[in-house]
Amino acid sequence: MHGLTAEEWEIVALSLRVGVVATLAALPVAFAIAWLLARGRFPGKILIEAIVYLPLVVPPVVTGWFLLVAFAPGGPFGFLSNGVLFRWTGAAIAAGIMALPLMVRAIRLSIEAVDRRLEGAARTLGAGPWRVFWTITLPLSLPGLLAGTVLGFARSLGEFGATITFVSNVPGQTQTLPLAIYAALQRPDGDAIALRLSALSVAVALAALVASELLARRMRAAMVHGV
Amino acid sequence: MGFDLHVSKRLGDAEIALRLEAGDGLTVLFGPSGAGKTSVLHMVAGLLRPDRGHIRVGGVELFGDGIDVPPERRRAGYVFQEARLFPHLKVAANLRYGAGRNAAIEEVAQLLDIAHLLDRWPRTLSGGEAKRVAIGRALLSDPAFLLLDEPTASLDRGRAQEVERAILDIRDRLRLPILMVTHDRAQAERLATTMVEIDPMRT
Repeated sequence: MHGLTAEEWEIVALSLRVGVVATLAALPVAFAIAWLLARGRFPGKILIEAIVYLPLVVPPVVTGWFLLVAFAPGGPFGFLSNGVLFRWTGAAIAAGIMALPLMVRAIRLSIEAVDRRLEGAARTLGAGPWRVFWTITLPLSLPGLLAGTVLGFARSLGEFGATITFVSNVPGQTQTLPLAIYAALQRPDGDAIALRLSALSVAVALAALVASELLARRMRAAMVHGV
Repeated sequence: MGFDLHVSKRLGDAEIALRLEAGDGLTVLFGPSGAGKTSVLHMVAGLLRPDRGHIRVGGVELFGDGIDVPPERRRAGYVFQEARLFPHLKVAANLRYGAGRNAAIEEVAQLLDIAHLLDRWPRTLSGGEAKRVAIGRALLSDPAFLLLDEPTASLDRGRAQEVERAILDIRDRLRLPILMVTHDRAQAERLATTMVEIDPMRT
């Protein structure tokens, strides 16, 4: 493989921007939902749970179409249509929605794994609920939080169906790696480009997974052995 | 003035009911396992809500008559049966967790013979070491009273005697009211100012 062309760099940069923004924007939402599902006791919880996990099982094209309806002029979020439709921000919204269930699941498991007796001990030592959250619950659920973030990021990079339905395949705006590969495959002479882009997306995904594994290991080591 | 408890609570099939009025010093709550001794300590600490009754310690109303002081404001120095040290914090940070700025960490560490453990992670401690750190952590949180749940249960004889000496020291020098749970009658008789038996009441 030779060096990347300017056009390919642009695709990679766009994919990373969409992935990072989607993940960072989804993270607080995912954490709040995960907290609610892990700790909350309220009627209709099972319904919330089902809705959150819906994008995982519904055909992505359906999710994309719902987003299009929601953000099209006249839809409930129609006032945002200029900033979102056919724009990279729209691609980030689609990627974030699709990544959300995976992030919620990983974070929820890590919150549920926190020993609540430790939180009780912290309370008796004079810590109010917020201090308990910041000093006990959050640090102890950090490995799962990190795993969820990486999972969400990887999912965002691979997002295809919802994105292409929602914001179309616009080079420089919404054409992330998977969409660029798809576009290349539509052309009779596109195999070589598709191959290069595919190799690229595998490399980016691999780098993300290895980085997260190294980080998780270091964190576990710090917690268990103390470095 | 020590503990003035009158609480009842239904937990599954069991009904915990206790009436206790004890003066200063060390009150031992004595009874078979399953009688709800730990639940009583949890209620005094604010970690478990009684169905009915009142809880007063040292003349301060902690529960009852519409009052339910949250655990972080009850000033309970609770030493749990399991040490419950925070695994992501070193011993020193565990000791400091509930401590004020001027807390005498060195002094307490000396008293409990844990000064050499300050830089260790909880995972690397033996059961006795962890228990002594837990006692230190509770003492340093400026408690108004102490709750001790089987404080010597996981310790060998020598360490158990040391912890007992530390408890007597706390009782006589710091003059903190102490409510202690044990199933060891001999220990109860050695340490108690007041002894209260709790029976399992099933309905």
